[in-house]
Formats: sequence, C-alpha cells, structure tokens
Amino acid sequence: MIWSISWRNVWRNKTRSLVIILAVTIGLFGGIFTYAFMSGMSVQRTNAAIEYEISNIQIHNPEFLLNEEINFTINNSEALISKVEKVEGVKAVCSRIKCSGMASTAITGAGITINAVNPNKEKKVSKLYTKLLKGKFLEKGDKIPVVIGEKLANKLKADVGSKIVVTVANVKGVITYAAYIVVGIYKTGNDIFDEANIFVEDVPFAKLIGFDLKNSSEIAISLNNNDDTDAIAVLIKTKLQSQISSKNIAVQTWNEIQPTLSAMTSMMDLVSSIFLIIILIALAFGIVNTMLMVVMERVRELGMLMAIGMNHKRIFSMIMLETIFLSIIGGVLGIVISILCVDYFAVHGINLSIIGEGVNSIGFSSMVYLQADNSFYMQAGILVIVTAILSSIYPALKALKLNPAEAVREEG
Amino acid sequence: MGIIEIKKLRKVYSDTKIPVKAVNGIDLDFEEGEFTAIVGPSGCGKTTFLNMVGGLDSPTEGEITIDGINISHLKPRQLVDYRLNNIGFVFQAYNLIPVLTAIENVAFIMQLQGRSKKDRNSRAKELLDAVGIGDKLNNRPGDLSGGQQQRVSVARALASKPKFILADEPTANLDSKSTNDLLDMMLKMNKESNITFIFSTHDQRVMDKARRIVTLEDGRVIKDEKL
Repeated sequence: MIWSISWRNVWRNKTRSLVIILAVTIGLFGGIFTYAFMSGMSVQRTNAAIEYEISNIQIHNPEFLLNEEINFTINNSEALISKVEKVEGVKAVCSRIKCSGMASTAITGAGITINAVNPNKEKKVSKLYTKLLKGKFLEKGDKIPVVIGEKLANKLKADVGSKIVVTVANVKGVITYAAYIVVGIYKTGNDIFDEANIFVEDVPFAKLIGFDLKNSSEIAISLNNNDDTDAIAVLIKTKLQSQISSKNIAVQTWNEIQPTLSAMTSMMDLVSSIFLIIILIALAFGIVNTMLMVVMERVRELGMLMAIGMNHKRIFSMIMLETIFLSIIGGVLGIVISILCVDYFAVHGINLSIIGEGVNSIGFSSMVYLQADNSFYMQAGILVIVTAILSSIYPALKALKLNPAEAVREEG
Repeated sequence: MGIIEIKKLRKVYSDTKIPVKAVNGIDLDFEEGEFTAIVGPSGCGKTTFLNMVGGLDSPTEGEITIDGINISHLKPRQLVDYRLNNIGFVFQAYNLIPVLTAIENVAFIMQLQGRSKKDRNSRAKELLDAVGIGDKLNNRPGDLSGGQQQRVSVARALASKPKFILADEPTANLDSKSTNDLLDMMLKMNKESNITFIFSTHDQRVMDKARRIVTLEDGRVIKDEKL
C-alpha cells in the first residue's frame, strides 16, 4: 500500500507534479538533444574528413610529412599498393601526386595543394565526386581538366569552363605552369579544404613536372568499416614493417593525420556531459524544493503515520517512491520525445545555412544530422532517476526528524 | 493491578529560558475497560501526559508500565512497534490519509502489522460497519463529513487490536449531533467489547459520558473521580 499511497500522492497536487514532471522532461530532452546535435556534428565532420579528404589510412615518405616537397616520394608504390590491397578489410587503395602550387586566373591567384590522381581509382577511395555542385569529376579523355572547390572558384572568380593557370615547381625545382579547364566545382562543407585543394589527372601532371609515375607522394586507403581503422593500420604496419623500419614510409590513421578531429569529438562529448550535469544540478534543486514543500505541507499527516506506528524506513521509502515516480514519468516522457525528435532530425537534418558561412569556415557542414546511441538514452534516463533519488534524500531525512507528538497537532 | 500504571511521572521542557514543568509528578492507574476523561484548563499538561502514555514523548522522570512493560525504557524504534501493536490513536483533526478510501485507511494500519490482505479487508469492513459507516467504504476522507471522518479514525484506532485507545480532544471539531453520535458509538464499544478509552477533553458532553474524570492542574492530578 506504500506504493499505492506514493503513487496517489504524486497526483494530490497535480499542478506542482506536472511542473516537476515537465522540468524533468524538458531537462532530459535538452541534454539528449544537445548531445545528439554535438555528436551528429562531430561524427559528420569525422566521416566527411575520412570520405572526402583524408581516407582512413595514408602512407607517405616520412620526410614528406615534414616538408611537402615533390621529391619526397614513396618509391615503387605499385608493389606496396598491391601488398596493402590484400589486407582484409581494405576497400580500395589509390596513389596520389601531391604538391603545393599556385592557381591563378586573369583576376587573382591563390596558394593551393595539387592532387594529381587516377580518376577511376580515386573514386573508389574518395567520395569527393559525390559533392560536385557543378560540372563533373575528372574523366579520362577530358582535355586538361581540373576540379576545384567552390570557395576557390569564388576567390578566383572561376566557373565550369573557366581556364585557370597552375604554377608549380617541377622535380628539378624549376617553376613550370600549365593551363587547366575547370570541369567541376565541389563543396565538401569544409571551406578550408575546398579553398586549398584542386584535383587534376595524374598522367599529364606527372609529365608536366617530370614525376616518375612508379612513385607517389601519397597512398590513400579506404576501409569497409571506419571502426576497424586502428586494427587494420596495425596489420598494414606489420606487412610493411621492413620499409617502416628503414624509414622509407610512414603509415598513419586519419586521427594521427588530423588529431584535432578526435580531440574535437572528445571535446564535444565533454561539453555535452557538462551541459547534462548542469541540467541535472538544476533539476536536483527543483526536486529538493518540490519535495521539501511536499514534506512541509504534510507535517500533520507524517506525524500521524509515525504516531500510529509507521517506522522510519517506510516513511523514507514513501517519500523516495513519490520522487521516483515523478522522475520516471518525466524521464520516460523526456526520452520518448527525445527519440522522436532525434530520429526525425537524423533523417531530415537541421539546416544551419543561416550561419552556414561560419560553420563551414571551421570545417563543419551546415546540415547537421542528429545522432545518439541507444545506450545514451538509457544512461541519461538512469542519471535523471539517480539525481531524483539523491535529491529526495534531504527532504526525506527532514521528514524523519519530525516529532510525531508535535507534528500531529500542526495546523493543516 | 491496572493495565496502565504511572508512577511519579514528570516532564520538564528545558529548551526554554525558564524550564517548564508540563507534568509534575503524576501517579495514576488505569483499569481495563475504563472510559476516562482527562480534563483541565489549557496548559495543565493533558496533551503532554497523553503523549507520554502513548509513547510519543519520553518522560523526564517516572515510569509508565503498560501490561507489565515499562515503555519509558524502550528505544524510539521499539516504541514505534509498541505503538503499532498496542495503542490506538484518535486525533482531534481526524488525521486520515486523504489519498486512501475509508476502508484503505482502516486496513493500512493492519498492513503495517503484516496482516494478510483478506484478513485486513474483512476486519476493516467489519469495523466500519460497527462505527456506522459501512456504506461509505470507498469514500475518501474529503467526501466524508467531520463526524464520519472521526468514525473512520476510531475504526482505524481499533483495527490494530490495541490494549487501549487514546483520544486527544476527539470531539473538538464536531457539531453537537456528531459529538453525541460518536460518543454513543464509543461508549457502546466500551461496554460491549470492554475496550479501554482515555480522552483528553474540554468538552462537557464527553465529561458527561465518562465513567472516570481525572482533573489536572499545573501538571498535577488535583481530582480523580470515578462516577
């Protein structure tokens, strides 16, 4: 009957109970929504970096990592690629010539990184070709084609069909240049990448700078499953141990290449946790206040219960149960609303185009698709209930300190 | 030998600047089946005395022995169990649990005693029939009149099969008719079932029905009349 009394007590003051239930619901929803938003942003950023920019694993000449000089190459890269392709879990491998240069039009110029690629192999590793706003990706047979980012196109005032001149130092250090026709303009959502990277065909570019196509500046590896990156990197390192030991190559995963990405994910998790803790603290004060009011309002009733023989354990349980019921109702509502909302925005996304320039400039997409693990809903729900239980301890102890002889005579 | 024996009972409140002697040396015995009114002016110590007899407050000095057990020496936790199984309380303001129905209010105390659902429901119904509100079993206190609520309160006090019932100003909030009906009902129970009732009261109507009147003044017994 204690369960029954506690449950009915919840509905004695409907307005007050609904206010605290609403507070739990909104608090939980706020915490989950923020987490899902942050998580969505960081997962999208990481996936974008892997799919369009870095790929899962890259191999370089260790010296190239210190100085992106065209002569710091991976020698005999074909043999190395065929070894890597045999590693289980590897989806595709491609070779790139990568160097710095200058892109210019009649109007202006900009410093760039030239990615000279085999179009067909590149498409198997990078999904950049899916992010084209205009035109098409590189194709064999096109005449001097180049694909550039939207940000660079705007800067150079170039469009599909425009001619741009790429100036670069050849393998002997002599400045050389070539004219290219823009065949496609891409937008990854990361302005920094889009402004700096252009894509050209490897064969003509190698001829332009005198690069031996048996070698490469970069080998990019994509995997079937992003979660296997670290494990497969270990397998590849084992296979290529002799070249790594002799410092001919260095194998790096995406988070070694861009440690800021994993740091950002950790930071976003931390920010979400801090936000959730702030919500829980605010909630705790609300619950303490409500339950203290409950105890103060029922002094005579609690005194009577103690007088007729209800022991401290039962009085304590009765008050705790009332709080648990309140928090469970609020918690379930909060989780259900959060699931519906997160599921909706996971599919339809939240359009941040109003501040798109700002988020793009720091590398994030302006469409955010929310993401939350099922385990997070569970954790958040449990945290709310634990907070409610902890918050009701003080009011419950306050009730136990009542003197039944005085309490039964309290004015009701 | 009385069911309740009180020897040299004193209660001094020392938490004020000048200590207050609320009960100042009371010696009294109560026999089984008594229908006693404790009377006296406000501040004479009636409530303090009743609280100590009911195990709600501890004496500064003296002893209260109920059915051979000195409750002055019981620990607070033991006193809770003692009250549950041996003393019935009727309060001035009825003090029913507002979210429970009449039958649930009466059955609740039996649940605290660990009695079976079947047992407590049949006894609660029987008691509510006995106090004359067998037709209001499923009404909540808010749907009952003051007199009806006090009848539920008496039924609840009887539910635990106590050794005696302490009633603190039970008629103070009732009109004349409800007071008379309630007193007649309690008197009938006292006579038919030999249930011991001890009241604290100012109410002349209670005093008129009582068979013993103990008058207190300044924490002492100044008159003890058996009528």
